[in-house]
Amino acid sequence: MNKSELIKAVAEKGGLSMKAAKEVVNTFFDAHIEAILRDERIEIRGFGSFVNKCYDAYVGRNPKTGEKIEVPEKKLPFFKVGKELKVRVDS
Amino acid sequence: MTKSDIVEAVYQNVGFTKKRAAEVVNLILDTMKDALEDGDKVKISGFGNFEIRMKEARKGRNPQTGDEITISERRVLSFKPSQVLKDRLNNK
Repeated sequence: MNKSELIKAVAEKGGLSMKAAKEVVNTFFDAHIEAILRDERIEIRGFGSFVNKCYDAYVGRNPKTGEKIEVPEKKLPFFKVGKELKVRVDS
Repeated sequence: MTKSDIVEAVYQNVGFTKKRAAEVVNLILDTMKDALEDGDKVKISGFGNFEIRMKEARKGRNPQTGDEITISERRVLSFKPSQVLKDRLNNK
């Protein structure tokens, strides 16, 4: 399922126009992206939580050439699945 | 940020009542959860992909007693952030 399929499903199930469903779905993910960019933790009960993790710089290698490369420190958003969804996915 | 902040953003941006905004936010979450439960991927461009992965059975230990136990095969949900989001987060 991609974003346009999600929009279509939300429009059908919620009795919304495609335009309204698109606005809602975009607002939903934009809110997530903005919170992540603010380094803010997101917690959605029954779904999961997002938190940014910091990784130190390290010296890596280009696996093709074997060349050494400096990988600078970076942040990555990390998702932890919520209890309800964890159980549903595994059943 | 919690679900109520997202409901608030939908209420502000889309002009639904708070009640309607809450219903539609829950509908988005339920639609995603249903797809993932069916083993389907959820791919959101500019944000990331949610995907179900198989984990093989492995031996583990009860950290309290030290007893060896078998952790059975299972399905887990993983999220892979999009390159766009990773670059934005690291100011690239």
